[in-house]
Amino acid sequence: MKHTISVLVENHSGVLSRISGLFSRRGFNIDSLAVGPTHDPAVSRITIIADGDDYTVEQIEKQLNKLVEVIKVKTFAQGECMARELLLVKVAAGADKRQDIMTICEIANARVIDLTTGTMTLEICDKNEHLRRFEELIAPYGIIEMVRTGTIAIQKGAEVIAPKK
Amino acid sequence: MRITAAQAMAKCLTAEGVSVAFGYPGAAICPFYDALLETDIRHILVRHEANAGHEASGYARITGKPAVCIATSGPGAVNLITAIATAYADSVPLICITGQVNREQIGSDAFQEADITGAAEPFVKHSYLVSDPNDIPRIFKEAFYIAGTGRPGPVLIDVPMDVQREEIDFEYPEKVDIRGYKPTVKGNPMQVKRVYKALCEAEKPLICVGGGVFAAGAIEEVRGLARKMQIPVITTMMGISAFPSGDPLFYGMIGTHGVKTANRAVQECDTLFLVGARVGDRAVKTPLALEKTTRIIHIDIDPAEIGKNIGADLPLVGDARLVLRQLLDIAEPAKHDDWLAHLETFRTEKVFADVPAGTVNPKLFIDTLSKAMPDDSVICADVGQNQIWTCTDYRFEDRGRFITSGGMGTMGYSLPAAIGAKLAAPQRTVCAICGDGSLQMSMMELATAVQHEVPVKLVVMTNTRLGMVRELQTKGYGDRQTAVFLDGSPDFVKLAEAYGIPSMRVTDKESMDAAIKRLAEDEGLLLVEVTVDKDFPTL
Ligand SMILES: Cc1ncc(C[n+]2csc(CCOP(=O)(O)OP(=O)(O)O)c2C)c(N)n1
Repeated sequence: MKHTISVLVENHSGVLSRISGLFSRRGFNIDSLAVGPTHDPAVSRITIIADGDDYTVEQIEKQLNKLVEVIKVKTFAQGECMARELLLVKVAAGADKRQDIMTICEIANARVIDLTTGTMTLEICDKNEHLRRFEELIAPYGIIEMVRTGTIAIQKGAEVIAPKK
Repeated sequence: MRITAAQAMAKCLTAEGVSVAFGYPGAAICPFYDALLETDIRHILVRHEANAGHEASGYARITGKPAVCIATSGPGAVNLITAIATAYADSVPLICITGQVNREQIGSDAFQEADITGAAEPFVKHSYLVSDPNDIPRIFKEAFYIAGTGRPGPVLIDVPMDVQREEIDFEYPEKVDIRGYKPTVKGNPMQVKRVYKALCEAEKPLICVGGGVFAAGAIEEVRGLARKMQIPVITTMMGISAFPSGDPLFYGMIGTHGVKTANRAVQECDTLFLVGARVGDRAVKTPLALEKTTRIIHIDIDPAEIGKNIGADLPLVGDARLVLRQLLDIAEPAKHDDWLAHLETFRTEKVFADVPAGTVNPKLFIDTLSKAMPDDSVICADVGQNQIWTCTDYRFEDRGRFITSGGMGTMGYSLPAAIGAKLAAPQRTVCAICGDGSLQMSMMELATAVQHEVPVKLVVMTNTRLGMVRELQTKGYGDRQTAVFLDGSPDFVKLAEAYGIPSMRVTDKESMDAAIKRLAEDEGLLLVEVTVDKDFPTL
């Protein structure tokens, strides 16, 4: 089962390597890991999508908490968060296919961000499943390059994950 | 006060009450070594950096406080890793200080550059690569705090040479505040009550003591609770000597190499109370079966240990000493006569098998040794058969102390650990017991002991084999013995002589008695080589 884990960490160099090292060392499987600053410049936030049963997730949480630079760890319950990923994709599409692709983009809430005579570059920001569906729709036109971020997630409603452990 | 960062590092150590440091110099740590001259800190020059770490480890295990080891950049730092990993596995508080190349050289593969914070990451509780000399006081304060509190462990501080040379304003901070590090110490009072209730409900309770009891300084408390409630006690390898061997409530060490009484007790108890024991795979082979049949109560300062290897019905996060005190406060005397009588039936008289002429039964040697040694002796066992013989046959008194590399099983640990322990407790007799293989992993430290006049005792069980591996090959590989023959080893008695260390060889009952008398009574250094049959079994 997939779990979304938010980790607040001190914004030090080396923190990310400690965290990624911990995952590989302890054999935890991660699908994605995204890191960036927060509104507090001393704190960064990492979102991890991890695969495993309840025992594994409990272990991940506890082992993360042992890292001195980890301030807070929270695993979201099912449906408790909103998650987004960003995908950029370059398609080999000449003039004849542009209209079709733009229709797909319109329906999928994607954007065309660059255009050449032979290629189109598209951007979409959405949930993981939607990105996957979009990719399927675009694939037949000939994907020549694709890049995507890891998932980032935030809690629904008024509650926040604040830096206190 | 304007001083160099190197002087600040030395002052930090003094401020932390450090009086001994173990190390080995090199260019990148020279500024710090120079500054150490201005302190009262006694520097012990080791003969290999791994042993600096092991010596600090022995020292820390006796004092209960973080101990300091020092190495230069590159090869010096990398040599430390085995000791860091060994300390980490046994939760021993170390402050490891390494030199590093100048800041602008980092990442350029400069001479003697090694990414030691990166390389040691899996084995440290925390580490620092100091980039701003002004951070030195805060980092040292934090490092000592992190190493010595919560679940203790090694902390590494890597200091580039140019950082050591820069001048800073020095003031040692009084407090630490680390956002992400707030170890729990006191047990949740409600949970303490539940634990007590479970202990009262148990008909066949059993206390399993691990190394955490030493880390927490909870020996008196665990003995107190066991005696008050008449609960039998077993230990893991790391818990040995937390309970006197001769106590009627004591049933020995559990595990793969444990004793039958202890393992039977674990199987038959209805409530297992784990105190600072992480249920490693060598201690309990089938935790899943055990948790099904037995109510598990687990005290640990490290929440991550609870539920990791064995499911706990009653988890209790906290410092073992405080939690046990909380329990002692509410505990009423209890009796478990039937259960204890039942366990008594598993006890067997020790019988020492006859051995070929010219050799000595190592178990008999250790049993006899323990009867002769002073009550408060510190015994450091190495790794291998010699370790298990010591675990099963040394009888610890009230004030005795056992030290070994339990989690990592690092050969060569015993001699340096004994040197460290002796420096921490000069008035106690400290004896290392090792094999002829393990001694050859750290025998260069004989020079350290001589140079710094650290009068440890050393027993070498010479079976001319890597005995434990030989036995594994005998049992598991159709006795196809390979790479276990220690031909080419020196004559250890002569080796000791070469170092100017008195030595004796034990080959029979008579020489055994003479050697044991000297081990127990001599003031100075002494090496005793015990000739053991090559096929003598572990158990
Ligand atoms: C550094 C290290 N290398 C290898 C091993 C594997 N090992 C475990 S026991 C053992 C044999 C130890 O031989 P010796 O010190 O002679 O002791 P004995 O078992 O004969 O008492 C070996 C090689 C180890 N534990 N540590």
